[in-house]
This record gives sequence, C-alpha cells and structure tokens, in this order.
Amino acid sequence: MRVSWSPDRQVNRRLAGRADARVPIGLVIPSVVGLGLLLLPLAGLVARVPWSRLGQILSSPAVLSALRLSLMTAAITTAVCVICGVPLAWLLARTELPGRSLLRGLVTVPLVLPPVIGGVALLVTFGRRGLLGEWLYDTFGISLPFTTTAVVMAQSFVAMPFLVVAVEGALRTADRRFEDVAATLGASGWTTFRRVTLPAVAPGVLAGAVLSWARALGEFGATITFAGTFPGTTRTMPPAAYAAINSGDVQTAIVLSLLMILISVTVLVALRDRWVRTG
Amino acid sequence: MSLSANIAVARDGFRLDVALSVGAGEVVVLLGPNGAGKSTVLEVIAGLLRPTAGRLVCDEVVLFDTDAGVHLPPMDRQVGMVVQDYLLFPHMSALENVAFGLRARGVSRDAARAESASWLGRLGVAELARRRPNALSGGQAQRVALARALAVRPRILLLDEPLAALDAGTRPAVRSDLRRHLGGYEGSTLLVTHDPVEALVLADRIVVLENGSVVQQGPPVELAGRPRTDYVARVVGLNLLRGDATGRAARLIGGAPVVLPHGADGPVYMAFPPAAVTLSPSRPESSARNAWLGVVADLEQHGDLVRVTVDGVVPLLADVTPLAVAELSLQPGLPVWSSVKATEIEVYPA
Amino acid sequence: MLAAASLTESFEKLGEQLTAEYPGLEVVLSFGPSSGLVEQVLAGAPADVLATADTRTMDNAVAGGAVEGEWEVFARNTLTLAVPAGNPGEVTGLADLAKPELRVAICEPEVPCGAASERLLTAAGVTAAPDTLTTDVKEATSLVSLGEADAALIYRTDAAAEGDAVETIEVPEAEEVVNDYPVAILVHAPNPDGARVVVDAITGESGQAILADAGFLEP
Repeated sequence: MRVSWSPDRQVNRRLAGRADARVPIGLVIPSVVGLGLLLLPLAGLVARVPWSRLGQILSSPAVLSALRLSLMTAAITTAVCVICGVPLAWLLARTELPGRSLLRGLVTVPLVLPPVIGGVALLVTFGRRGLLGEWLYDTFGISLPFTTTAVVMAQSFVAMPFLVVAVEGALRTADRRFEDVAATLGASGWTTFRRVTLPAVAPGVLAGAVLSWARALGEFGATITFAGTFPGTTRTMPPAAYAAINSGDVQTAIVLSLLMILISVTVLVALRDRWVRTG
Repeated sequence: MSLSANIAVARDGFRLDVALSVGAGEVVVLLGPNGAGKSTVLEVIAGLLRPTAGRLVCDEVVLFDTDAGVHLPPMDRQVGMVVQDYLLFPHMSALENVAFGLRARGVSRDAARAESASWLGRLGVAELARRRPNALSGGQAQRVALARALAVRPRILLLDEPLAALDAGTRPAVRSDLRRHLGGYEGSTLLVTHDPVEALVLADRIVVLENGSVVQQGPPVELAGRPRTDYVARVVGLNLLRGDATGRAARLIGGAPVVLPHGADGPVYMAFPPAAVTLSPSRPESSARNAWLGVVADLEQHGDLVRVTVDGVVPLLADVTPLAVAELSLQPGLPVWSSVKATEIEVYPA
Repeated sequence: MLAAASLTESFEKLGEQLTAEYPGLEVVLSFGPSSGLVEQVLAGAPADVLATADTRTMDNAVAGGAVEGEWEVFARNTLTLAVPAGNPGEVTGLADLAKPELRVAICEPEVPCGAASERLLTAAGVTAAPDTLTTDVKEATSLVSLGEADAALIYRTDAAAEGDAVETIEVPEAEEVVNDYPVAILVHAPNPDGARVVVDAITGESGQAILADAGFLEP
C-alpha cells in the first residue's frame, strides 16, 4: 500500500488507524466499573420515571415552584460568585498581600466542609441570634433565615470556591508580560485588568462559573439548615426532592431528580468544547 | 528629547552598574553577550523593575531617582516598548492593538482608530488592520508592535531583540525597514541585541555591556576598527592584543615582542584581522614581520577560507586558504609560526 | 431499630437500659421522620423494629407488606405551641401563627407532626403563615431552641426535652389532636427474638415509665 507525503497521507492515516490502538485489559475493567458506578444509578432513575403521570407531576405547583426557585437562585449565585470571586482570585494571584497562602486555604475550605456544617456556620453567624445576624436584626430589622436571600448565601458559600480556584489558576498561568506591555502603553491598573487580563482568563472564568452554577443548583445541606425549606421561597429542587421522599411521594422525588439531571447534562454538554479547551 | 540614566541593580548573583545617555533622534544599541544585563536596563527604564540605585531623567522630567524616592509607574513614563515576541494582545485585531495606547489615554474610539490606521500605513502594513495577531507573520507582527509603540508618541523607544524572533531569511529586509523607521522617529531609541550585525547596521552609537558594566562605547566605525575587549574583538572579527609600547616596539603581557607600524607610548591595544595572519612551518625571514610560535588548536570552515585557531604565547585566529591548509598539512597539535606585518596592525591607546 | 424523631430521647434511654439488662443484646437506633423511615423499610432496610409517630405511616408499611403480625400502640402524644425562652415574639396563642412578621416553623404536612398540626389548626380555625415546613419535628424544635423561629408546633415531649431553652403555651384544642404511636416487628427482621424483647420492653413497665417521664400519654 503506497503512503504518499501529500495531504493524502492524512487520509491514509485515518483509514489505517493508529497501530497501537489496543487497550490494555488492565485499563478496561476499572473503566467499565467506573462507568457503571456513574451511569447505572442514572439509568435506574430513568427506568423508574412514572411516565404516565409525568406531565401531571411536572406541572404541579410543588415541582414548578422548586424549578423556578432553583434556576433563579443558581443564576443569582453564579453572578455573585463571578462578581466577588474574580477580584478575589486576582488578589490572590497578582498581589503580594501578606497571608495570601492562608487566605487561599481558607477560601477553599467550603470545598471540603460537609454542606450541613456550612449551613450551621451560616446560621450561627447570620441567624437572628447569630454573631452578625443579631446586630443586623436589632439595627435594621433584617432577618436572613427563611428568606430567598439566605438560599443565595448558602449556595454562594459552597459554590464560590470553585470559581476562585478556576480563575486563580487561569491568572497564574496567564502571561503577565502582556500586562507589563499595557502599562508601558499608558493603561491604568483598571484598564489593564478590563481589556488585557480579563479577556485572557475568560475561559477560566467561564469554566469556574459553570462549576459554580452546577454546585449551586445541587446545593442542599447548607440551604436547608440556614434558609429552611418552604415552597416558593426556599424550597429549591434538592430540598423539594427530600421533602417528597420523606412524605412518601417517591414519584415526585424521581421526577425532580430527572429534571435536575436533564438541566445539568444540557448545560454541561453545551459548554463541552469550552470545557475541554480550558481543561 | 534626550535621556540620561544611571542605573545600578543588585540581585542574587547579578550586578549591573551602567551610565547611559541617548540624544534626541539618536539610536543607541546596547550590545553584549546573553546575561550581560541588557534587558534589565530596558526593564528599569520602562519602569517594570525597580533599580537598587540610580536616576533617570528624560527631557528634564525625572522618571526615577532612588535618592529622592521618586519612581514614576510605567504608565506615566511615556515609554514605548517592543519586545522580542512582540506580545500583541491576542484577542484584539492589529488595528485595536495599535489603538490600545491611545484609547488608554482617553482618545475617543474613532479618533484612535483613524490614527492607528495611519500608523499602520506608515509602517507599510495598512492592509493587516483587521487581522488577529495569530494570523500575522513575524515581520508583520514586528511592524504592528512598532506601530503600537510609536502611536503613543513616546519620548523613549525601547526595543528588546526586535529581530531575534525572525528567521534568517526575512531578517535583512525587516532590519533595513527598521533602520528607516528609526531614522524617522524623533525620540531617543535604545535597542538591545546580541547580534553584532544588527548593532553595526542600526546604531548611531553602540554601548557594549559585559557582566553588568559598560566596557566600550562609540560609533559602529570605531568599534569595528578599535575593539577594546575580547568580546568586541570577536564580534567584529579582529584579533586583539594588549601590551605596553615604547616607541615602535611593544611588549605583550605574556612577554612576547611586537613591532608597531608607528611610535606609541604606554598601554596600547593592537588589533588586526585574521586575514592578515600568515602561517608557516618555520620562522619567516623578514624583520618587518612579527612572528610568534604557536600550536594549531582548531580548524573551521569560514566562508571560502579556513579559520585556524592558534594557541601559544600569542593566541590568535588566522584565515587561510584551503590550499594553504593542505600545503602546510595543518592539523591540531602541529607547531606553526604566525606572522603579521606591522603595517597591518591598528594601534590605539588602552 | 427505626423510630420517629420525637422518640429520640426516650428510646435512647431505653436502649441503655436494655443493654445493661441484656448484656448480649445490641440496640442500634436510627431516628428520622416517620414517613422517611417507612420508605426505607419498604426499600428493604435491614431493621428489626419500626416505631412511628402516627398510625397512618405505619399503615403504609403494613400495606407494603413489611410488618409481621399486628402493630401495637405504645404511647400517645399531643402538640404544643413552643416559643424560645423569653418569648421574644410575644406569642399568646395559635392565632399569632398567622402573623406574617413572626418566624414560624411547622412540620411538613405529610409527616405525622405536620398532619397533626394541620388538624389542630383547622380545629382552631387558624390559617398559619409558616416560614419553613420542616421534614422532621426535631428540626422545628432546634429552630425554636436557637431562637431562629419565634414559634413552632411541636410535640409536648420535644418541648419538654429542650428544657429551659423552650417555653410552651397551652393550646386548649391540642387535647383533641392526639397521635397514636404504633410499634411493630418487621417481616424480614434479622433478629426477631431480639425484636420481641425490645417490643416487650417498650410496652412493658420499664418502657412505659421512660415514656411517661418524657411526657408521652398512656396508650
């Protein structure tokens, strides 16, 4: 078979395939197990969907209000995470602030903290009798628990570290000499940030935002502990599924779960290309 | 627009101590081996690096003065910079890149774009206005980077190895273009390079930097004829000897005698091209010739001649024809006499 | 042993007593909302005994074929209106639960505590404005204890268990809304003999004494 060095060679290469395409059996078995672990529960869920009642359940007030609340709070949380997280990441990556490493460690604590503990922490700080909450209540009459604001706070607490970590990573690998050049051209710090640094780390910001959004959508423990659970105000999809299961309404719980999976998969697949490029 | 700088930088294991001045419209080339501290000088002038000590004044404006505690940030210094890999902002078009500095200074978008377009035109790359940096060739990117630096009408133009990223084929054309543009620029230009040809072609004055200090400076003609360090000599392709002269004789540091073409007194440099060296198996007769015994160390093709490295009391380079190599059976380890006519030696005070 | 959340303190004491009395017996307790526990049982949780806070949830377990034989009522409970110590919300009765400015915690209607609360509110003719519908009664209790809620409808026994952290306000209609607590041995119990011992203890003297102490009513 003649293999020429012209563009035809590319075609020939693809037709022939790489010579070493065999997969070692030692890798196949664990991969299959891993795949099973991830996909079987999803398959099980889909298999148990009450198809005949699906429409009815989807249009029930419990599900609709949970869906609306989830999407709304997750969106607001993502915005909060980006607005506060990007400057924080910049502070950690670009300044010589003393105690930066400690700060960096603390910022990532919510990633390993059980969410309920996070909720307890929020409650004792911002609850009506809390460290800061009491002052807030006495001075302004503001009480945070049981409000949608508390939901956003709980979600932000667990989701922001994702964004900070992603953006800080991107900032560290970005070439700082571009910022030097911008300075010599006369750009102020803010202009440099806005027109040079930010565009350079945009993929990192997007990846971080998607992660934050996904985490916020799935947040349960901190939400239920700090914000409580009331349909329409604080009962997002995960607490709604929990309430459904505990009320014996397994079907609604399954439908809610299916909904969450569909939303997440859609968003993640849509951004897959960007994902792979930043990864 | 002229610049006067005293810069001292001390960093782990590295010392730099330089006094420089560049006149308005003058192109000064900072030449030196890698690691000499050339790029550091540019970074300090641009304001990207704080010197350990020093003072920089441009057009009577103090840009930094460590004694007085003055240090203007880069954005206030009106310095234009072109670096080796150009660093054009990748997410902006060529036009937007050039307009960046203007917009940063508050010029309206339309005015900035118009002026940028004219700059691109002046540098001969007007048609590339909409292209992204990754769609530009090396030479094109260099011109856009130059336009970007010039558009803000800087007082000082700094160029760090501007031709190093180009392949040898395109370099000569871009180099002569650069010479033309630098000629039209009114501010002070400081260009850094390790390429001697670039220095000789582009400079009004060359400042040679070795190990953090200035070892020689002067117009290209002077450097090319009268090197003062081994590095400069090597770079301009001359043999360099040092010694003490009394009248028409001089004694080298190693003790060997040299006959000079004219009288001189005191410490002197003696320079002569490798082509002026004749090699022979035995001591040549004529007394007007300087002759020294040495040993062949190395042979290397050099254009259509062979460059022979001779070790000995007077180490030097000799350019001989391949025929001579054959006739003399030159090979490493062979003892050989090198001779140079006194009239071929350039003598100047040390 | 799976037991309703409101039985936490009593059953823990009982468990200690039993292990002291029967050294070979190991009592493992898991508390939660009754309906959630029933779901676990129906899904095959390896438990021996189930005790719920109302007969409705127990009947679901029976309907699912998880219960061995018949269930027995071993205690009864009524609701009370609980407020944090000091009554910061100045609550005087059930009617106050309708005030929007008060932070009110009520159980989710599908759990026994919530079902009872609904019945109570209907009987009193009050439409409450809760701020959170908790999935089990202990959650509502904590909120009042912490002072995050101004008022909650919880069992008398839960309020008693909180001691000084919580004050109660007597509600006349509460007498009429009573939860019967049934206990049953489960069909696939891994240790049916042990289960029998435990159920006997619950319905016998020692168990009844502990329950009465906590404030439960006699069956």
